[in-house]
Amino acid sequence: MPPEVSDREQRILGIIETARAKRAKFRDERITMAHGAGGKATQTLIEGLLVPALGSGTLEELGDAGTVTIDGLGLALTTDSFVVRPIRFPGGSIGDLAVNGTVNDLAVAGARPMALTLSLVLEEGLGADVLRAEVEAIARAAGEAGVEIVAGDTKVVERGHADDMYICTTGLGRLDDRATLSPAGLRPGDRILLSGPVGDHGMAIMLARGEFELDAPIVSDTRSLWPLVDALLDVAGPSVRCLRDATRGGVASVLNELARASGVAMLVREGEVPVAAAVAGAAEILGIDPMYVANEGKLVAFVAPEHADAALAAMRAAPGGEQAAEIGEVRTEPPGMVLVETAFGGRRVMDQLVGDPLPRIC
Amino acid sequence: MKYVDEFRDAGIGRVLSGEILAAVEPGRHYKVMEVCGGHTHSIYKYGVDDLLPANVELVHGPGCPVCVIPMGRVDDGIALAHEPGAIFTCFGDMMRVPGSRGTLLEAKAEGADVRMVYSPLDALRIAKANPDRETIFFAIGFETTAPSTALTLMRAKAEGVKNFTVMCNHVTIVPPLRALLESPDLRLDGFIGPGHVSTVVGARPFAFIPAQYEKPCVIAGFEPLDILQAIHMILVQLAEGRCEVENQYTRVVPYEGNRKALEVMAEVFELRPHFEWRGLGFISQSGLKLSARYAELDAELRFSVPGVRVADPKACQCGEVLKGVIKPWECKVFGTACTPERPIGTCMVSSEGACAAYYNYGRFAREREVV
Repeated sequence: MPPEVSDREQRILGIIETARAKRAKFRDERITMAHGAGGKATQTLIEGLLVPALGSGTLEELGDAGTVTIDGLGLALTTDSFVVRPIRFPGGSIGDLAVNGTVNDLAVAGARPMALTLSLVLEEGLGADVLRAEVEAIARAAGEAGVEIVAGDTKVVERGHADDMYICTTGLGRLDDRATLSPAGLRPGDRILLSGPVGDHGMAIMLARGEFELDAPIVSDTRSLWPLVDALLDVAGPSVRCLRDATRGGVASVLNELARASGVAMLVREGEVPVAAAVAGAAEILGIDPMYVANEGKLVAFVAPEHADAALAAMRAAPGGEQAAEIGEVRTEPPGMVLVETAFGGRRVMDQLVGDPLPRIC
Repeated sequence: MKYVDEFRDAGIGRVLSGEILAAVEPGRHYKVMEVCGGHTHSIYKYGVDDLLPANVELVHGPGCPVCVIPMGRVDDGIALAHEPGAIFTCFGDMMRVPGSRGTLLEAKAEGADVRMVYSPLDALRIAKANPDRETIFFAIGFETTAPSTALTLMRAKAEGVKNFTVMCNHVTIVPPLRALLESPDLRLDGFIGPGHVSTVVGARPFAFIPAQYEKPCVIAGFEPLDILQAIHMILVQLAEGRCEVENQYTRVVPYEGNRKALEVMAEVFELRPHFEWRGLGFISQSGLKLSARYAELDAELRFSVPGVRVADPKACQCGEVLKGVIKPWECKVFGTACTPERPIGTCMVSSEGACAAYYNYGRFAREREVV
C-alpha cells in the first residue's frame, strides 16, 4: 500500500477519534430499546441529557455509586431499578438481582454495603405465591450480602402496565479506608483482572425467554461482589486503581467507558478471557460476542503491576473468584480505545455496543 | 468449542501466513475481493489481515443482505408495520436500517408492533399464535436465506394460515457480481467466493468468473483459517497462471449445490424483471418475488405499499463501498456523520457491512510489511 494512502487513513481516523471524544448530544426524538441496552445510546442519554441537567461534581464522575461525606464520614449511595423478564431464571430471580445489583454498585465503589431501601411496583393480578417467593429471595440475598432493608414502598399498577413486577433498590455503604478508587488513577502498565467467566447472566436470561429453542446448562452468576472486593483491598489496597462490575453491555462496555474517561488505551488478550463452554456455544449460534453480554456477579479490577499477581491470587481464593484471570493491561496509545489481541493472532478494536446485541443473519 | 476452535487455530494460521508469503510475487500488489459480508465480518473480527503481507489487499464486496436493501423498500416495510393490528417481523439488523423517514426500530417506538425473529418459521409461529392479527415477515437475503423463506411459505399454504404474508426482498448473487466485473473502475485479481450461498447454489454458477473474466474464484468458509487458505489458493492459481473455480469449503459446499433447496425456491419464487440495489441501482433479473401460486401470501399484494423509489442520500457512498471502489474510510461521511449509532448508509448498519466492520473492529492504524 503506498504510504500516502495510509497517511490519509491515519488522518481520517484522527478526525473520527476527536469527534468521538466529544460529549455526546441527545438528539433522538423518542426513547428506543437501544437507550436501555447499556451501549452508546445509553451513554448519549446520560451524558447528553441527564448529566447536563442534573450534574454535580459527583454525578459527573459517572461512577457506579456517588460518594457523600458527612461530618468526615465517607458514604457511598446508589440506586437501581430491576425490570428483568422473565422474573425467574436459572440461577436466580428479580429479587436476587435487586439486592445484588445495588450491593455490587456499592462494592465496586470501594464501599462496604450497609443498608438498602426497597420499592416494589406490582402488576394487578400478580400471584401472591410469586410475590412471596421474591420477598423471600430478597431476604435471603440481603442476609448473604450482610445488608439490612431499612425502608420501603409498594405500588400496584393496572394489569398490562408492568411485567409482573418491577423493583427499585437504593443502597448505602460505608467507604472503606483501604480503597482509593478512581478512573483517574489508571496508569499505563496496570493489569486488568476479571473475576470469572463472562456472559453467564445475559445468556441465561436470553435462553430463559424461550425465543431461541436453545437449551443449555447456563445459570445466572448473580451474587454479592463485596467478598471479592474485600479480599482485593486486603492484599493490594491502594494498588487497586479502579473497580467496575460488568453488568449491562458486559466487560467490553466497562473497558470502553473507563478508557474514554481516563484517556488511556487498553489491550485485551482474547484468549485469556474465561468463557464457559455453554455460553461460548450459545453466543456463537446467536452471533453475539460474550464480551458484550451482561454479568451480575463479575468485576473488572485494574491493579498496579507490582501487586497484580497477589491480587489475582486473592480473587481466586475468594468466593465467586475461583476462575479469575488477568486478561490484559492498560496502555498509552491509542487513547480512549480498547484493542483486542485475538486468539487467532490478529488485532482489532473492541468498541462500545451499539443498540441491542443483534444477531448476524447469515 | 469442538468443530469450531479447530478452524481458529493460531499455530496453523501462522503456517498458512508463511505459505501465503511464499506464494506472493515480490513487488506485486494483489487485490482480492471477498464477496460475502460474512467474510468481511470474520476478517475484521479475527484480525485476519494482520496475517497477510501489506501488498495483499482485501476488497469488500456486495454480499451483505442488509446493505443492499434500498431506502424505498425500508419505507415500504415501515408502512406495512404501521398497518392497523399488524405484527411486523424481521431479522435484527434490519430494524436499524434507515429509510427516508426513520427506521423500523423508531416505528416500534412510535407504537408499531415490530418484532425481531431469527427465522421465518418464528414469524409463522407468531402468526399462528395471533390468528386475529396479520403477521408480516420482511424477507431479506441471498440464496442462503431464500430457501427457509420458501419452506415457510409452503408450510403456511399447506396449513392454510390466512393471516401470514411475506414482503419479499430476496436477491441473487450472480447478477451483482457480473455487474461488478463489467464495471470499468475496478481492478481485481481474484474472488473469495460466497460460502453460504454456495451451499445452496453450488460452485457451478461462478464458472463465468474464470471463463469470461479470467479471474480465479475460491469458494470459502467463514472461519479465519478458511479465509487464509482461500487466499493462498487464489495466490497459487495466479502464480501458476491458472484461473478456475475452486472449492475450499468442501466440508459444506457440494459442487452441484443443494437440489432440494433449489427446488423449493423454484416452487415459491420467480425472478423479478429488475430489482433496485442500494447504491448499485437497478439490476435486471436479480431479485425474487413470490410466484403466482403464492400470490395470496404476498404482503405487497395484500396491503398497499407506497412503492416509491427513494434516491440514496447524496453524501452516502455505499454504492462505491459495495463495489469495492473505495475503502469505507474513504467515504466522505464515514465515522463523522455516518456512524453505527446514527447510520446514513446501510453498510454502517449490519455487522456484515464493510463500514460497520471497519468502524467497530478495524479503526486503528495497522502496520504491515510489504513484500
